[in-house]
Amino acid sequence: MNATTLPQTSRLSYIALVGNPNCGKTALFNLLTGAHQKVANYAGVTVERKLGSAALLDGHTLTVVDLPGTYSLNPTTADESVTHDVLMGLRAGEAPPDAIVAVVDATNLRMNLRLVLQLRELGKPMVLALNMMDVARAHGLQIDVEKLSAELGLPVVETVAVDNSLFGNWITRRTGHAVENGREALLHAAQQALVEQAKATSRVQTDQLVMLDPIYLQQQVKRILSVAAPKAPRIKRFNHHIDAVVMHPVWGLVLLSALLMMIFQAVFSWANVPMDAIKEVMAATAELITANMPEGMLRSLLVDGVVAGLGGVVVFLPQILILFFFILLLEDSGYLPRAAFLLDNLMGKVGLSGRAFIPLLSSFACAIPGIMAARTIPNWRDRLATIMIAPLMTCSARLPLYALLIGAFIPARDVGMFNLQGLTLFALYVAGILSAMAVAWVFKRTWMKSSYQPLMLELPPYRMPNLRNLLQGLWQRAAIFMQRVGTIIFAVMVLLWFLSTFPGPPDGATGAAIQYSFAGMLGHALEVVFAPIGFNWQISLALVPGMAAREVAVGALATVYSLSATGEETAQALSPLIAQGWSVATAYSLLAWYVFAPQCISTLVVVRRETNSWRYPAFMAAYLFALAYLASFITFRVVTALTLA
Amino acid sequence: MLARSSAVVLGLIEPAGTQDDLGITRRLAELGFLPGEKVTVLRRGPGGREPLAVQIGDTVFALRSIEADCIKVDSRAMAEAA
Repeated sequence: MNATTLPQTSRLSYIALVGNPNCGKTALFNLLTGAHQKVANYAGVTVERKLGSAALLDGHTLTVVDLPGTYSLNPTTADESVTHDVLMGLRAGEAPPDAIVAVVDATNLRMNLRLVLQLRELGKPMVLALNMMDVARAHGLQIDVEKLSAELGLPVVETVAVDNSLFGNWITRRTGHAVENGREALLHAAQQALVEQAKATSRVQTDQLVMLDPIYLQQQVKRILSVAAPKAPRIKRFNHHIDAVVMHPVWGLVLLSALLMMIFQAVFSWANVPMDAIKEVMAATAELITANMPEGMLRSLLVDGVVAGLGGVVVFLPQILILFFFILLLEDSGYLPRAAFLLDNLMGKVGLSGRAFIPLLSSFACAIPGIMAARTIPNWRDRLATIMIAPLMTCSARLPLYALLIGAFIPARDVGMFNLQGLTLFALYVAGILSAMAVAWVFKRTWMKSSYQPLMLELPPYRMPNLRNLLQGLWQRAAIFMQRVGTIIFAVMVLLWFLSTFPGPPDGATGAAIQYSFAGMLGHALEVVFAPIGFNWQISLALVPGMAAREVAVGALATVYSLSATGEETAQALSPLIAQGWSVATAYSLLAWYVFAPQCISTLVVVRRETNSWRYPAFMAAYLFALAYLASFITFRVVTALTLA
Repeated sequence: MLARSSAVVLGLIEPAGTQDDLGITRRLAELGFLPGEKVTVLRRGPGGREPLAVQIGDTVFALRSIEADCIKVDSRAMAEAA
């Protein structure tokens, strides 16, 4: 086919990937566009409209949209509505796709083909991507692709699921032929479908209501499969032996707690070496600048503002990556829905559905994707309650501060097989979870009552996590983090340095210059509010830039302390400084504050977007601030009393 | 009502005591809980009641009791087939 000679109307420019959850659609999107994107095993990870562009062999590019997984064209969740609306061209300002690529899991055609039949009735150019063919073959599942294509009246292209070899690429195999790039085959078929459609007269369409009738669809699928895969053995998609342990009422919960404990242990013990390396580089850089630059404003800006501020944040990158490594691993393997299964009963007790588990778990990474993932919860009140408690899950941006305080105040003593520092971190996460449960319980009894929370959650087969996928996910995380460091955190640090340096101290001043600066004044003013919970003026000041991003608070502390230091002790690491300077009660109080940490502007903005009202983010900020203040107050008073006694 | 074994789906019934304004039965049908399909309760969650892990066809779903109770089954049909 010579694509360049095609008339403009037949040129393919926008295709949509549609399919059931867990059919490998997102991975196919990666193949087509090369976009680095998460591939997860859980219904509802694709909550955003994901666009990519695919380069064709003839040099043209086309836009590919990865639509949220759906079971039917009769949408139940906000997520599914997006898919429905895009396909029907109902979304304002958005043209419907030229062609549909229906993605199916070849090992579960009985379920997947029902959606395909519904899609076919839209009358759009369409191609079927028969995905995960390697798994199907390994199970001895024979699918006659030509017959399937004839029965469906659609071109069918076989694609193979994520290749588990280390540098494996997505490949497509044509039955019995040499390995061929499936990407091209699929795009070619889609283009061809568009051309055919342009030539063909309009097709007779079945009544919409009939097409939405599951029983009718079931019969059609049975008929098609009896022709295309007549001797299909009953394949075992599930490993019931693994599930017998993982989903066991006792052992399953033991395993879940052990996994979580291990993750928090790893965050501390594995990260030591890379963290020390980063610290050394920082110290060496500061020394290099100090040695080679004349004393003055610029040197102070570089050493105290940039190196101390940014370095104080970058040092936590290894810990954040380790946390994400485990979250991605659990996501990819298909474990997460099982954890949701185990915790559903508990979630039910506070009025939430097991479905809320995944948004909440994502919130451990960052509340923003968590809040967006709540779109997969069908009931509005359940969804709202989940959004409201998402910020109580300890996000990775809080990790730098936790790590700093734990490193400075908790001895690295072994308690049994665990480390006291790891246990403390675990306890802080648990504190967040318990508060979330308590808050949900109150909400669901007062404000967002609903008697029934749907579960109906698919438990997909286990899959071997793909290394390339994991590395891609980690790289993405590292890039996002470093981007924040390079932009927002850098800007805030420089601004803070200026505020902390000007105006200069009056003649004959005795204290550090920062005491007399704008930042010093602001810190002292805020200290009035925060003194009852044990925060000194430096902490009070650091909370302000922490609103832009929580981890900035650590960099801000580093800058403030670096500038507060008098004489020779500049550019010293922050941890020993605060270990000497703060009382234990203050440290615990600040930890308690960050369990609730209401100050994250991005989260509040996303809540506004997801709920379409300022009411909810305003309420969220107010209740989190109240809880943070209360928790810190109690912590400070209790620890003070204990240390005095 | 599902038992702790395999059975064949007869059909779907409205949940008792609640109006089905949430579309439980519609959703169950879309997920594949359709007449003639083999359904198996694999296990229950901690506590021994909810949720249930239910296999329908080649797919497994976690269901709450109120959802599982909507599925009318014939367990004899399975015994005869076996």
